[in-house]
Amino acid sequence: MAAIIELQRISKHYSKTIIGVDDVSLDVEDGEFVTLLGPSGCGKSTLLRMIGGFEAPTHGMIRLAGQDVTHVPPYRRDVNMVFQDYALFPHMTVGENIAYGLKIQGRSRAQARDMAVDALALVGLPDKIDQKPAQLSGGQRQRVALARAIVRRPKVLLLDEPLSALDARLRDQMRIEMKHLHEKVGITFIMVTHDQEEALTMSDRVVVMEKGRVAQDGRPQDLYDQPASPYVANFIGTTNFVAGSLTGRSPAGTRIASAAGDFTATADLALPQGAEVTLGFRPEKVRLLAEGETAANVVPGRIAEVIYYGLGLRTTVELAGGTQVHVDCLLPDSLARSAVPQPGAPVRLGIEPHNVFVFAGRVAA
Amino acid sequence: MIARAPRNLSALLVLGIPLLWIVVFMLLPYGIIVTYSFWLKSYPTFKPAFQFGNYLTLLTDVQYLQVLGRTLKISILVSILSLGLAYPFAWWLVFRCRSQALRTWAYMAVIAPLWVSYLLRAYIWKTILGTEGILNSFLMSTGLISEPSSLFLYNQFAMVVTLTYIFIPFMVMPIYTALERIPLNLAEASADLGMGPVQTFLKVTLPLSTPGIAAGFTLTFCLSFGDFIAPFLVGGPDGNLIASVIQTQFGAALNWPLGSALSIVMLIIVLAIVSLSDRLEATAHTGAA
Repeated sequence: MAAIIELQRISKHYSKTIIGVDDVSLDVEDGEFVTLLGPSGCGKSTLLRMIGGFEAPTHGMIRLAGQDVTHVPPYRRDVNMVFQDYALFPHMTVGENIAYGLKIQGRSRAQARDMAVDALALVGLPDKIDQKPAQLSGGQRQRVALARAIVRRPKVLLLDEPLSALDARLRDQMRIEMKHLHEKVGITFIMVTHDQEEALTMSDRVVVMEKGRVAQDGRPQDLYDQPASPYVANFIGTTNFVAGSLTGRSPAGTRIASAAGDFTATADLALPQGAEVTLGFRPEKVRLLAEGETAANVVPGRIAEVIYYGLGLRTTVELAGGTQVHVDCLLPDSLARSAVPQPGAPVRLGIEPHNVFVFAGRVAA
Repeated sequence: MIARAPRNLSALLVLGIPLLWIVVFMLLPYGIIVTYSFWLKSYPTFKPAFQFGNYLTLLTDVQYLQVLGRTLKISILVSILSLGLAYPFAWWLVFRCRSQALRTWAYMAVIAPLWVSYLLRAYIWKTILGTEGILNSFLMSTGLISEPSSLFLYNQFAMVVTLTYIFIPFMVMPIYTALERIPLNLAEASADLGMGPVQTFLKVTLPLSTPGIAAGFTLTFCLSFGDFIAPFLVGGPDGNLIASVIQTQFGAALNWPLGSALSIVMLIIVLAIVSLSDRLEATAHTGAA
């Protein structure tokens, strides 16, 4: 598979001190669904707008299907964008909106209308062709925006926070629909979002951005299971952090000492003995050990708080040294409910070595 | 009910005063004018009657039709010239001017003349266009003409220039507002879908700014249509406009019935223009809403 988009050392400097995007290199394969994920101000939207041609990078090169398009205006790029608030033309009908970009491609009026009908059917709005955008609901407008962008069969479809204006229920539904749409049309999708769940459920690959740079780039599962930094570990899902120091290596893995106790982690970092590290583990990958049960890492603590959230329990446990960590457990049946831990009770936490992340340095957790 | 009374009283006070104002200073005068327009002239006064002679005179006497035609021509020229100048300026302010401070200042520069006396603004053009004026001195200093030209002042050209200068803020303001309301990403979406800047302007920006154009056109047209200072100051012998004729009828000619009939005809034309532009705006709005 060939790279359809190649970003080569792209930077966007607004001034000497204000840097939007800082030296980003990224290849997107043809047909891939890639998500740029990060908090607001991380440069993800700027990066997307540069791919669309709405902003020019101050350094670096953008290639589309092998062609240098760095300074090609948007109207000469074979890329289309779904805007955050859809940017539908209010003075045109749905059909005119969708056909807008077709006439310039040399299609006849009848042909354009047929294509608009097909595109509307594809997004599940076959009967709205003669309505004005103002007559549509938010979800319907979003579908029209999608139809308008894919009807030209661009090489790449850009989506700028496409679901952020929808309510939660509709958002869940559109996630699945957009994923199906991607599979159906086979166009490369590049989406920007700040919603990690959206990124994980929809994309083939997630690029996590931090302060204009790529923090990590990988498949959703890899990002979740092997975050490269505390930033990624905390941005995607939730992670408990415990400060520690590297004490040695054993066949079972790296040994780390902390105020809460000793840990063994499978992960190995090229760090000298005594180096300061931060341990991380996911709340749902920790078990509250029953009496007599044991695990590779056993950490004693005391229950500080128990929160019931229907699907399960989130228990806050205070470890020796004062660090508080979260433990999530599902409640499979009513029997388990009788075993609900009580605040103040002593507990033992069991964590498997392959579930322990090790990061160099200390983070303020 | 007892508790209601004061509220009704205050509502009456709040609504009553403006209502009284409208009745006394608008409806009543209109009524008087309409009544007068059917009366007969009986020099030096007039006597009550109900006849259409005044209107008939206006329709049959070429002199009045000429003035009406000239007034329409001048007003339309002023509106077109204002539009031609105001639209690019407003467009530049909204879409191209990067500096917020410059935008504010440029906008204020257009609006500020409104604070200056109307008479003074019209008078300025006398000093610019006159034989001893700035334009003549400038042209003579560049050597384009050897002696002062009287071509600039006391004609229709001078009126169009003066009226455009005076009323252009009323064209800039609604167009600026209309353009400012167009979301920036619509132009981006248009470019994204393959349209160059010119096509984007024609297909997106221009249609979405028509309500502003209609409002600006109506304002400048109606204001120029009823103007009588500019013809008086810079108009010259062939510069009589309908408003100055009305003024003469009520003044020197002492023919209030004819003046009233002329006022009513003028009112009807203006109302027709306003309702036409209202309709245009309404159709633009059902699309843009």
